[in-house]
Amino acid sequence: MGVFKDVGHLFRFAGLFVLAFLVFLVVRHFVVPKTFGQYGHYRAAAMGEIGARPLKFAGHESCEACHTEVVDKKKNGKHAHVNCEACHGALIKQSAVPEKPPANLYERFVAAIAPTGPPEVAFVRHADDPSSVVPELPDTAVLCARCHTASAAKPKDFPQVVPVDHANGVPCQTCHDPHSPAMDSSSQTAGGAK
Amino acid sequence: MNITRRQMLILLPAAAVAWKSVLAGTPEESPNYKMSDHWWGMLIDIDKCIGCGNCVRACQTENDVPDGHFRTWVERYHRSDWPMTKSGEIANNPLIDPEVISPDGGKEGFPVATDEGGKYFFVPKMCNHCADSPCTQVCPVGATFIAPDGVVLVDQTYCLGCAYCVQACPYGCRYIHPTKEVADKCTLCYHRITQGLTTACCEACPTGARQLADLKDPKDPIHEFLKTHSVQVLKPQMATGAKLFYNDLDGSVR
Repeated sequence: MGVFKDVGHLFRFAGLFVLAFLVFLVVRHFVVPKTFGQYGHYRAAAMGEIGARPLKFAGHESCEACHTEVVDKKKNGKHAHVNCEACHGALIKQSAVPEKPPANLYERFVAAIAPTGPPEVAFVRHADDPSSVVPELPDTAVLCARCHTASAAKPKDFPQVVPVDHANGVPCQTCHDPHSPAMDSSSQTAGGAK
Repeated sequence: MNITRRQMLILLPAAAVAWKSVLAGTPEESPNYKMSDHWWGMLIDIDKCIGCGNCVRACQTENDVPDGHFRTWVERYHRSDWPMTKSGEIANNPLIDPEVISPDGGKEGFPVATDEGGKYFFVPKMCNHCADSPCTQVCPVGATFIAPDGVVLVDQTYCLGCAYCVQACPYGCRYIHPTKEVADKCTLCYHRITQGLTTACCEACPTGARQLADLKDPKDPIHEFLKTHSVQVLKPQMATGAKLFYNDLDGSVR
């Protein structure tokens, strides 16, 4: 009996531990984001947030829905596999950029506890309203040269020219149709090697 | 209401299961996209790359990549035929000292190369979306992770910006975003591929040197390609399980 004589203080101490543990559980419940740990040691909702980011490139499928004449022209040409936005640029544009100062550590901590999601940004699509985003007419002197300027580093079977020798400043589209650049042998003019 | 002991024993576990699913919540996903049906990677065909820099510009446009930082970039290699290093020393192996340039990540293309002999080629680089990625293993807060569809992502609301992952990536594919002050990297255009589109770099590549690949899709041409071509990954000795497959990769590429 003497062993258990003065155990009261131990029970009080154990009670404190239990209380602290319960407080820990309650705090943890509010501090750890809801989806944390659903698939692993990360916040599963982050995938949804990253996946909800706005697009800039519409994809050639959405261009081809309207511009069927270009599709027909391209399909047997050398540029059949060059997608529209490779030359014409991204055709979904951001119309307004909300000013947002970089979050400090505390704000990021709060955001991690209660994520508010990505900021609302207005985007306009050329496919929805063609006049809203007008693709820039590419400058062929720059655009064509970017790929077709001769360089020993390029694959040997890739068509390459030295622009000065090849055209001497004449715009590429004078002779070539960019959507189907190969020229007929009958219409071939001087300087049209390759 | 009277509930027998038998009914109680049946109801309690059912209620527990229901409560568990309520607690877990559901991630917001694109409709028709099931993470478990995909295992994303990419194929890069060195033989087709012309170093135009379209991918670098497209990536910057699509993902608002700050100037001077790159989620994807292109390097130009020049490997000499002679076992001589640039500093004039005789090397044991011509593969060890190739000349590598990447002016502004190759964003505006490359200077014209004159034929000085040797072998020139372009190597587009980006996150390898490793299956056993070193970068996700070092994150102290669980802010970077391999998604169930094989894409390595950063939860930027959770990231502290400690840059451990930047040091851990053997391919140098991560950076600290200058204004957000958190880790940033290629998401494999997660916002595009979950909607059935291809990545911005693949969309903009004029020669098809980049191909998005879904290794879980039996109809994806990647399977036939891997069987019939000499395909390599970068730094295989690091056992990262890289899923960026390079066709005809030269031995000098680091």
